Amino acid sequence: MAKVKMSKKATSIDMTAMCDVAFLLLTFFILTATAKAPEALPVDTPSSTVQTKLPETGLVMLTVGKNEGKEQVFYGMKDRDIRSGALDYMAQKYQIEFTDKEKEQFMLVDEFGVPLEGLKQLLSMKAADRVKSGVQTGIPCDSINNQLQDWIQGARQANIDNGGTKELQFAIKGDAKELYPQIKRVMDILQDQKINSFNLVTGLRGKDY
Amino acid sequence: MAELNTGDGGGKKGNKKVRSKKSNAKVDLTAMVDLAFLLITFFMLTTSLSKPQSMNLGLPDKEEDTSKEKPIKVDQVRTMTIIMGKDNKIKWFHGLLEAPEAGGAPTNGTYGKDGIRKEILKRVVSIPQATGDKDKGMIVIIKPTKLSTYRNLVDILDEMAICNVPTYAIVNDITPEEQKLVDEMNK
Repeated sequence: MAKVKMSKKATSIDMTAMCDVAFLLLTFFILTATAKAPEALPVDTPSSTVQTKLPETGLVMLTVGKNEGKEQVFYGMKDRDIRSGALDYMAQKYQIEFTDKEKEQFMLVDEFGVPLEGLKQLLSMKAADRVKSGVQTGIPCDSINNQLQDWIQGARQANIDNGGTKELQFAIKGDAKELYPQIKRVMDILQDQKINSFNLVTGLRGKDY
Repeated sequence: MAELNTGDGGGKKGNKKVRSKKSNAKVDLTAMVDLAFLLITFFMLTTSLSKPQSMNLGLPDKEEDTSKEKPIKVDQVRTMTIIMGKDNKIKWFHGLLEAPEAGGAPTNGTYGKDGIRKEILKRVVSIPQATGDKDKGMIVIIKPTKLSTYRNLVDILDEMAICNVPTYAIVNDITPEEQKLVDEMNK
């Protein structure tokens, strides 16, 4: 009797090619992903249903939040050449000399919140120490000492000097619990320089709102 | 996935021939691919999700000299005023405060789809019909008080976007009559 032999070979697919593709994509995404730097002033943004993304370049971020019971404003520029240009402007205006090393350090700072007088000290710190609470006290923006306005001016000046064809955009990132007058104060500073259009940074809200 | 190799299982006892063992050169890649795709998914999602959303806001030019400011008169039928108080409270009215439109007397409201949105949506439709001109739509005047939060402002601006309100403005001066309403609401 002829025995019909069942082929017991397992069906295994050659996964080499699939593995290659997977790792290629993985490498791509890892390289393009930008590491999220720790925020100097963490804020809880309110959410909205609007889904416009913020631009990656040509943006200045003004963070308004509360830290240790005090209202603070932090300032961040996305482009490195604008950072250095704005620092030069501020150094000239406030007669503070920065060394080349400090300038280099400053170009790596995403966001900061110290008066210009304390910037040297901040730059001499390690990046990990800068985000510790109590180190950065916010940029002065009252009527007597309005450094925030000068920073904005400096960034716009730097944008023009660098031959930027696009107007610098401004975004306000406010804490949801912040009272309206605090936000209004920052808006007023922007409006004093005829910046009437800006972005409000929000989180994403569910569809069923 | 375990691989079943049945090729060398049938060796007989008497066979003394030394066979060179053919080891299977194939490595099981399933787990590796699984891991790779998991990581891909993670990086793909985090790169696009981490970009913050933003809301565009345009404000009118600020006139330094208040005497030069021209008062803009608008039809009271078209205006709805929303006053934002503390603790997420809203007071809204349609038309003038002294002489509100029908069904538009000062009322307390709440944020969200069951609150102020219903009223706005109703009026977005009814106002162009009342004025008889498509271009003369609704105008919402947003008045944030000192005790309202930034979240309230964004919520109301979001409502404007959801309801497609053609014209809206953030107004900062609050009249004494309106202040009375605010005090009453904040109590």
